[in-house]
Amino acid sequence: MITRRHLLGTAGAGAALVSTGIAFPKFAEAAISNLDAGLPAGTRGEATMERLPGKQPLIKLSYRPPNYEAPVSYFKTSITPNDKFFVRYHLANIPEKIDAKSWKLSVGGDGANGTAELTLADLKKLPAIEIVAVNQCSGNRRGLFQPHVAGVEWGNGAMGCARWKGAKLKDILAKVGLKAEAIEIVVDGADGPIVDKTPDFVKCIPVAKALEDTTIVAYEMNGAPLPHFNGFPARLVVPGWTGTYWMKHLVSIRAVTKPFEGFWMKSAYRIPIGKFPGVRFTSQESTGPNTPITEMMVNSLITTPSEGAKLKSGKTAVSGIAWDGGAGIKSVEVSADGGKTWQAAKLGKDLGKFAFRPWSARVPVGKGAQKIMARATSANGRGQTTELVQNPAGYHHNLYSSVSVTGA
Amino acid sequence: MRYAVICAITLGLAAPALADEQAIQLKKADGLDKVEANCAACHSLDYIQMNSPFPSAATWDAEVTKMIKVFGAPIDDADAKAIGDYLKKNYGS
Repeated sequence: MITRRHLLGTAGAGAALVSTGIAFPKFAEAAISNLDAGLPAGTRGEATMERLPGKQPLIKLSYRPPNYEAPVSYFKTSITPNDKFFVRYHLANIPEKIDAKSWKLSVGGDGANGTAELTLADLKKLPAIEIVAVNQCSGNRRGLFQPHVAGVEWGNGAMGCARWKGAKLKDILAKVGLKAEAIEIVVDGADGPIVDKTPDFVKCIPVAKALEDTTIVAYEMNGAPLPHFNGFPARLVVPGWTGTYWMKHLVSIRAVTKPFEGFWMKSAYRIPIGKFPGVRFTSQESTGPNTPITEMMVNSLITTPSEGAKLKSGKTAVSGIAWDGGAGIKSVEVSADGGKTWQAAKLGKDLGKFAFRPWSARVPVGKGAQKIMARATSANGRGQTTELVQNPAGYHHNLYSSVSVTGA
Repeated sequence: MRYAVICAITLGLAAPALADEQAIQLKKADGLDKVEANCAACHSLDYIQMNSPFPSAATWDAEVTKMIKVFGAPIDDADAKAIGDYLKKNYGS
């Protein structure tokens, strides 16, 4: 048996321990009252506002591995600042610091013609591209599923949108050359499990996705190096696809000629086939009636007014963001009467089809309790849902966004 | 990465958080010692509160089994039963 005491005694001796947070209990009390009422009672009881090194206070859901989400108020801009960007890890053995000078990215695999080892300087010598893209956890809003499902009980904030700069994955793969038989690109990061028998967090994407011009290995986020907790010094960026593929602290890229069999592909992050739109990941479909999650659903979030706000009756400003899996947002509609009537919102600045699209409207708010709602439609005609597609792990929550307010 | 584990042990590059986790207060009841001795090796115990009180008894049993069979947690049968009982009684639906 591995006891925690044993582990601490071994790993902690003479070492600088990871300090994953400084509690701010007073601040926490005020901010946490805003937690979504749909979350499990246990989540509402244990979540606290806490600050990881280099971060603004985030909603702490779990300390180890660190899972911290952004409060809704952090989404009032369509670019999420680095210090407000959510943090998500699967396994607790995460590097405290990575030395950018000695960091190396190995490239190879049986689907490649050769191998290569790239330093950060090598990566930066490749043609750089910039893209604004939403990184959203597959399970964002899992905590709002009814009935509840087990997992990290995210509210609305396991997402962010940043301007990523890096090298195209296809340029990196060109360094070694892909064989015609290569079907998937497997990626691994420097984080790992505590117990050797725990499956390491390793993911793959189809070769076709890997070769798209927008799939990059990013070393900058909003004009700065990646924050440590967002994957320093380099991470995979797969615009349009959920965050599970955006491997942090990337250290290995392998082209393979047979479907990758790791737990995090074969068993986890899977959705029922045919229940959701989005591209299929067919080389990973041999194991059952489900398929790996891929593109994000169309979604929106009301950021103003905030949940529970007391408003003066009359015309009220409503604003928020909308996003999807890469078609881009065509329209957003807003309702101030709980969904009976809808009016078009005005779309704000377009930062690209993978980005948060800001929107705003003015709606009539009457006296008493009101429900303000928003729904987005993507350029390929997909919309949000009024009824969730139940799935075991609680992925793809994209119910209409709503806030309850009181007019006076 | 497998090497990361070795680095963690030898160089202390990674280790469980300490001070923050002390704030986690699980219900004091039979089996809590087994929960602390086993579950906390790999994750902080706020995962338990976070996933409550909705899981059925079967769901909590399945979670304990998953930790052992899928994630390789080295928990013996007696401890596994004590942990499952604790979770069902204190954090179940």
